[in-house]
Amino acid sequence: MSHLLPTSIDETLALLQRADYVGDRALATVLFLSLRMGRPLFLEGEAGVGKTEIAKVLAKSLGRRLIRLQCYEGLDTASAVYEWNYAGQMMAIRLSEAAGDKDRVTLQEDVFSERYLIKRPLLQALQPDAAGAPILLIDELDRADEAFEAYLLEVLSDFQITIPEIGTVKAAEPPVVIITSNRTREIHDALKRRCLYHWVDYPDAEREARILSVKAPAAPAALTRELVAFVQKLRKEDLFKSPGVAETLDWAMALTELDAVALDPDLVTDTLGVLLKYQDDIAKLQGSRAQVLIDEVRADLAHRAVA
Amino acid sequence: MGEPGPISATGLDGGKLAINVMHFARALRAAGLAIGPGAVQDALTALQLAGFEHRDDVRAALHATLVRRHDQTILFDQAFDAFWRRRGYLDKLMAALSPLAQPEAGKQKKPDPGASRVSEALARSRRDERPAPPPELSARLTVSAQEKLARKDFAQMTAAEIAEAIRLVAQLRLPRDAVKVRRHTADARGSRVDPRRAFRRSMRAGGAGIELAYRSPEEKRPPIVAICDISGSMADYTRIFLHFLHAMTAERRNVHSFLFGTRLTNVTRALRAKDADEALTACGAGVLDWAGGTRIGPSLHRFNKDWSRRVLGQGATVILFTDGLEREGLAELAQEMERLHRSCRRLIWVNPLLRFAAFEAKAGGIRTMLAHVDDFRPIHDLRSMRDLCTALGNGAGRGANPRRWLRIAEAERPIHPGQRPLQARSSAGDFTGSNRMLSAGAVTSPQS
Repeated sequence: MSHLLPTSIDETLALLQRADYVGDRALATVLFLSLRMGRPLFLEGEAGVGKTEIAKVLAKSLGRRLIRLQCYEGLDTASAVYEWNYAGQMMAIRLSEAAGDKDRVTLQEDVFSERYLIKRPLLQALQPDAAGAPILLIDELDRADEAFEAYLLEVLSDFQITIPEIGTVKAAEPPVVIITSNRTREIHDALKRRCLYHWVDYPDAEREARILSVKAPAAPAALTRELVAFVQKLRKEDLFKSPGVAETLDWAMALTELDAVALDPDLVTDTLGVLLKYQDDIAKLQGSRAQVLIDEVRADLAHRAVA
Repeated sequence: MGEPGPISATGLDGGKLAINVMHFARALRAAGLAIGPGAVQDALTALQLAGFEHRDDVRAALHATLVRRHDQTILFDQAFDAFWRRRGYLDKLMAALSPLAQPEAGKQKKPDPGASRVSEALARSRRDERPAPPPELSARLTVSAQEKLARKDFAQMTAAEIAEAIRLVAQLRLPRDAVKVRRHTADARGSRVDPRRAFRRSMRAGGAGIELAYRSPEEKRPPIVAICDISGSMADYTRIFLHFLHAMTAERRNVHSFLFGTRLTNVTRALRAKDADEALTACGAGVLDWAGGTRIGPSLHRFNKDWSRRVLGQGATVILFTDGLEREGLAELAQEMERLHRSCRRLIWVNPLLRFAAFEAKAGGIRTMLAHVDDFRPIHDLRSMRDLCTALGNGAGRGANPRRWLRIAEAERPIHPGQRPLQARSSAGDFTGSNRMLSAGAVTSPQS
């Protein structure tokens, strides 16, 4: 059974919260607008801030089907939109030959019918669904070629796809489209113009702590506080790749598994690979720097406790 | 999902909302955001849906519909504060439309980086800034004169010769550097069967026989990223190199250009202007550190951190234009060069110092950088620029192997430093494009 779309920003926020997604109000606003205006939502942000998660949460809480199209270099219509079942078509031709059937028009209609059409994600998303229009997640669009971006223009503005042999397929109810990009290249303005834009930023300390309490409830509260403050400090350091929320979660789980109750330099150095994924970043933090950061974190927390 | 109908100018609030949003959009447009009428319409719809109970919702609704890139957010925020505070409109509107809302007092803040641009845009006096058109060039050189010009050092040219050189740069035959990608395109002489077209063809004949259709991999030109030193010592060459970049930008879409002295500036958009002079002026406008000092290591650090992931995808070639005369922070320089080298397909270092016949890779900075480049070539005259084009194409020009310079510097240094002059261009065999085998140990410690 399909759940109803939220009718206000507060409801959208509540919907996200029910699905264990701790979002801010700006995100709820654009999400609400995107649902109500029937516009694709274009999410940009660093890796690991929860862009893909938004689509998953939305599908789960609205009870819709999630269709995911992971983009990569060389993605073409055959793997993104549709493909014909060539082997099946070949069989059909040979069988009709064997049966002595010579009617060209019937054969053509038979061979290029939906029976031999393999639907890929974009076409699937336009099909009617009992649970309501599906959620279409176009993930990491920046990895696809520009030619594919141009193809998306028709799909995203009219929600229709033209198959030369059959005709135009149009969605009865347009899917909810969420596009994500890591900015490895700039997406063309023509595409962005058709979407609502939102930059997903790293969460602040308060929200990150809430995320941890929801997603990693097993971690001790004191450890969570220190850990969040440490990660927040780390994002201000001059690193090649700052840790995202996904890394914070992994780290919290790793430390919980190790039965840690508080941060200490050796523990941080040993588990840094969970948080940082570049060797030079790890090298910067090894040794005394970790101790300095932990001391600062402790001082800040103590200061806040007094105040 | 009922989409609310479009709002007419006389809709909400007697049309004042529509008109104010329109003015706001115009202010943003003047500040450099590309906002079309469609976006304004969207903004109105979004505002109506989001309601006026919270100031943040109004901001988020306008942001989602009017902003297209993350770097525009700072301008948007400034404009939002300035515009709606100045008019006092938002608070009034919120009070009128929502009894729940409590107008927030506009807090006075320190001016942010985007502030001056926005306030300029909000209250801009129309000045005629268009410069007089440059006089038409009448001096056309003969072929032999052009040949002479091709070998003349840019720094020794007269103003007229420079003008002619710039004209020749614009006519350079630019590199053919297409590489095969994983997408396919129809090709009668291709080697792979294209089943879809084959079946459509066979249907034409009633399915009697299947005539095969073929396809082959598409070709695409990978991005070129130029990182260009604008310090004082390079001034004579920088300008003409920028003309070179402009010619390249005009011919293909995926050229990204960066300038650095003491800080890094992205001038890609400025260089897209059709007219070369206009493009160069626009470049200069965004750069604060023309012809000053240079800090190569920190600039490359900024590039690696902020831009490499955004422009070096899809097999980019990097052209690094600098003299490499860095004295401090060689460890950092080595680290950043190594990272840069690892994140691109090919790293070409062009250095005007190679104009000296007696050039040797002796300076610490140069030796540090040489260990991490694929090509090392001159850029002081038209001929070297033409060679660069060839090198960008499919391979190697002559004498570009950076290992050779390092080897010679190593061999010479202990005996008579700087004694034996070295030809800037000699015919060292073809360079196959990879020096990644070179171990870091081949370079002695830069400080020694």
